[in-house]
Amino acid sequence: MRDWLIYRTFWDLTVSGVALGLIYALVALGYTMVYGVLRLINFAHSEIFMVGTFGVLISLTQVFGINLFEDGEYPYRSGIVLVLILLGSTVAAMVVSGAGAVVLERTAYRPLRGAGDTFGAVVLAFLTGLIASFLFTDSMMTNLMIAAVITGPLAVVYVRIFRKGRQAPRLAFLISAIGASMAMAEAVATWGPDERVVYKTPRVLEKKVLFNFFGADVRIDYVIVAFGAILMMTALLLFVNRTRLGRGIRAVAQDAETARILGVNVNSVILVTFLLGGAMAGGAAMMFTLVYDQTRFNIGFLLGVKSFTAAVLGGIGNIKGALLGGIVLGLAENYGSSIFGGQWKDVIAFIVLLVVLMFRPTGILGESLGKARV
Amino acid sequence: MSLTESFRRRTAPQLHVGNKFRSLPKSARWSIGAIIIAACYFTPYWPDVPVLGWIVDTPGTSFENVLTDQIMMFILVALGLNVVVGFAGLLDLGYVGFYAVGAYTTAVMTSGQFSWPWIAAMPLSILMAMIAGVVLGTPTLRLRGDYLAIVTLGFGEIIRITANNSDWLGGPRGINKIARPPSFGPFEFSVLNAKPYWYLGFTVILIVIFVLTRLENSRVGRAWAAVREDEDAAELMGVNTFKFKLWAFAIGAAIGGLAGALYASKVGFVNPDNFQLQLSILFLAAVVLGGTGSMYGVIMGGILVAWIPERFRGFDTRRYFVFGVVLVLVMVFRPQGIIPRRTAAAGISGKEESE
Repeated sequence: MRDWLIYRTFWDLTVSGVALGLIYALVALGYTMVYGVLRLINFAHSEIFMVGTFGVLISLTQVFGINLFEDGEYPYRSGIVLVLILLGSTVAAMVVSGAGAVVLERTAYRPLRGAGDTFGAVVLAFLTGLIASFLFTDSMMTNLMIAAVITGPLAVVYVRIFRKGRQAPRLAFLISAIGASMAMAEAVATWGPDERVVYKTPRVLEKKVLFNFFGADVRIDYVIVAFGAILMMTALLLFVNRTRLGRGIRAVAQDAETARILGVNVNSVILVTFLLGGAMAGGAAMMFTLVYDQTRFNIGFLLGVKSFTAAVLGGIGNIKGALLGGIVLGLAENYGSSIFGGQWKDVIAFIVLLVVLMFRPTGILGESLGKARV
Repeated sequence: MSLTESFRRRTAPQLHVGNKFRSLPKSARWSIGAIIIAACYFTPYWPDVPVLGWIVDTPGTSFENVLTDQIMMFILVALGLNVVVGFAGLLDLGYVGFYAVGAYTTAVMTSGQFSWPWIAAMPLSILMAMIAGVVLGTPTLRLRGDYLAIVTLGFGEIIRITANNSDWLGGPRGINKIARPPSFGPFEFSVLNAKPYWYLGFTVILIVIFVLTRLENSRVGRAWAAVREDEDAAELMGVNTFKFKLWAFAIGAAIGGLAGALYASKVGFVNPDNFQLQLSILFLAAVVLGGTGSMYGVIMGGILVAWIPERFRGFDTRRYFVFGVVLVLVMVFRPQGIIPRRTAAAGISGKEESE
């Protein structure tokens, strides 16, 4: 019975699986690049993606002033207006995600590398002041005022501590990442206008079926996802392989210490890596909202875990591996849930990972950002 | 540099309190220890003590229940996970899976179809968790570092989803009417009285601490240290690394299963939502926050991770934001954990390894 179902819908599943896989792949790029240079599972990357979806939401509703519904209909746009809106909100998402990733790096990771700077000290001091102020009052304005007053002197103390420049053990980075991830998601959940509910995003794109592919409907949003993802990944590959900064990234991924001795500014390379990973997550956020028309404060968590799985599946640290891993995972999930039922979707994803790692312990394509010329 | 290598990084200077304590005469050490243990048995009464009470009490919920449902479990789980992460240096992100296996075994055996007595279900829960540890470990322990982390994470999810989708495990509704420990004398285990659970749980914690201390200083413990410091070197020196890694997994899993079984018999029901992936991450946070590899550190970490969100319930929904920021701050300013591992214990010189 179910076999028959998969036979009937095989190409449908393939099309939506590839679209899902490409979104995974774009998020996986952030994990894989940061892993390449820092050997760190950037747990907070999922929140970078989440922040990006809110960037899309804000740009659509606030900047372009589009309502969720117009006279009971979806607010479809067309022609050049649509293109401008889509591009605009993509840029917004990339900026928000990229900025989030940079703040994250400088606040939660750089001090652990023993290279803490004033920026991180100020953010941390502000956060310390903020949570301390919760002890005394519930009024947000007063909280912010107390935090602002405390920030100055506390930041001076923090900078002094940072000067000692101690390098933390690897697990400390992981916990710092988890803490940052929790704080970001909860900040959105607590201070967002609608708190913990699902936010609908305006559906500006009419999801028409463009053409048939072996009987499967290929919707226009899938096509946009495919083109966008390929475009962004090509740009990223070119950047990493052809530019000066890209060479820096590869050098740091190979051997951070040697790169530093040879005059590479390791901290700025790491910052650029986070910025690029964030921008990719922003692009993924745009595509996600385009396909699913919604977001939520915890939307990043599961998608982040899946994307990291995709990165490992393809070979972590390997940019092409992320693409392959994402697509394999997206397809495996789609086929698997149609054969065994949707409730087993995540189990299938992890079993595929387990089986692949049994035979290829470093992923399908192997680790490579630094090890070989990509 | 792989993740396992990073565990090699030596820890911060020792706490002066610890050194002072160790330099006391044996009789003094024993009496201080006895006083601390006795005081801990009276933890359920701490909120009634003047100043201490203001610090520890959890506004809005019963301190007794926080103590037994949260703090006790987190201490046990942190101790168990510390065997895997701290002693053997393997990163496990799916520890909640073993916790779930223990809880579900007790749940299935003592409620409904089987109706075993509690005392018989307990060892079986530990055994089942141990088997789960071996089953997960055998194929995956060849993987290193972060690959192991993601596979274990998957394992935790698989356990939860399986429980969610299996009718005989109660599906999403879970299992209720789980047996309580048998009452004896003045200690009556009931919904209204959580104190006996603490007496039981704290005794179990003491036993686990004793066993783990012996293990850490045994041949097995030295083998774990060798694997943690440098797996290849350990292998070359004749340590059967796979065997000892599997032991670490099995023992860690057993303690996790024990914690889960105790949890199930305390709250009386389990459902898959009790075993979310986030819990695994909190378990790991407890270990690292306290001080990876340091027994008293991870106990402290477990207490803090369980207690902070409850203590600051007044912060309402902001408390997990606070918790996240606290995690970042502790890691930034005390990356080795609150009570770091003692460096001299392993007899290896404590030089910082350069990046």
